[in-house]
Amino acid sequence: MPRLKLFIPVFIFLALALLLWRGLYLDPRTLPSVLIDKPLPDFELPTVEGGEQLVSKADLPDEPFLLNVWGSYCLPCLQENPILMAAKEEGVVPIVGINYKDKLNLAQMWLEDNGSPFDYSIVDEDGRLGINLGVYGAPETFVVDANGVIRYKHIGVIDYQSWQEDIMPAIAAVKAEAAQ
Amino acid sequence: MISLLRAPSIPCGSGPRPRSEALRFLSIAPLFNRGQARSHRVILALLLMFASLTAYAAVDAFEFETDEQQERFRTLSNEFRCPMCQNTNLTGSGGGVAEDLRREIYFMIVDGKTDEEIEQFMLERYGDFIFYRPRLMTETILLWFGPLGFLLLGGWIIAGIIRRARPQVQVNAALSDAEQERLRKLLEKVEKQD
Repeated sequence: MPRLKLFIPVFIFLALALLLWRGLYLDPRTLPSVLIDKPLPDFELPTVEGGEQLVSKADLPDEPFLLNVWGSYCLPCLQENPILMAAKEEGVVPIVGINYKDKLNLAQMWLEDNGSPFDYSIVDEDGRLGINLGVYGAPETFVVDANGVIRYKHIGVIDYQSWQEDIMPAIAAVKAEAAQ
Repeated sequence: MISLLRAPSIPCGSGPRPRSEALRFLSIAPLFNRGQARSHRVILALLLMFASLTAYAAVDAFEFETDEQQERFRTLSNEFRCPMCQNTNLTGSGGGVAEDLRREIYFMIVDGKTDEEIEQFMLERYGDFIFYRPRLMTETILLWFGPLGFLLLGGWIIAGIIRRARPQVQVNAALSDAEQERLRKLLEKVEKQD
């Protein structure tokens, strides 16, 4: 027994090392969203494409869709655009954009230059819709089900891996549910 | 590099400071008397240097009806963490979302919302992360009382070490008659040798 006692510091060290090792691979910038399984907030805002015409929650697709928060100032949004474009071409799900804290003319130019994967983009110039969605930067992407309930949130850029491993499965799950 | 991963519309940085504080800082200047004018001119120059910085930083100067409202605004902005620039509070953060959240707090205070309602608003959108001072719940018990636990553990270990360091052999002060006799003889022997 006393022999074993000698090793207590070693055990403590190992436990601590394991804890900190694990900590190295956590991303502190990814906050768990509290809005999962909550309905989308109400809003009434113009779109980048639609001029004066306002859209509200009721105008959103009544099937599963992606809600992508973007801005013309946002480099990672440019990076993930080809993936969203491909998804649009394949007709995976409708994609609605939220043009977050941007200038309208810059947003229009960005869509012209890079192509628009969006059915339309909601203009959230003062970031209020963003706050109601718990957004704290672009890009962020929500998987929304047919009832307008947020089912999954991806924070940061969508790369090929996160599209395959996180977002597609989330879409598939929501779609399977909608088909029932 | 961080901005490559996530793009705040306004990058993180030293945030706006309430304008009134900058002015209070400057109001020391008229107190200087003439006899010390030269050194004070240097200080004044330094102060003005800061003043230009703070004037630049004071982006959102909100107008409140009462001082109490302003005080609440300051307290609340200090208590909430900026979700974008993570190790700063809303007061100290220049991130775009912090600016928006300060604005929301301002409107809620002016609308007569209570502190609890404002906290609830933040919690519903950003979760527990938003509180700089974590709430006391099952998940945070270790966070709150862990240090106390370690202190007690440390105290217990030190007490153990001290206890062990004390002499273990019990000295029996009372000698038997035979021992007394022997001691007397020994002492006599020593005295004779001297």
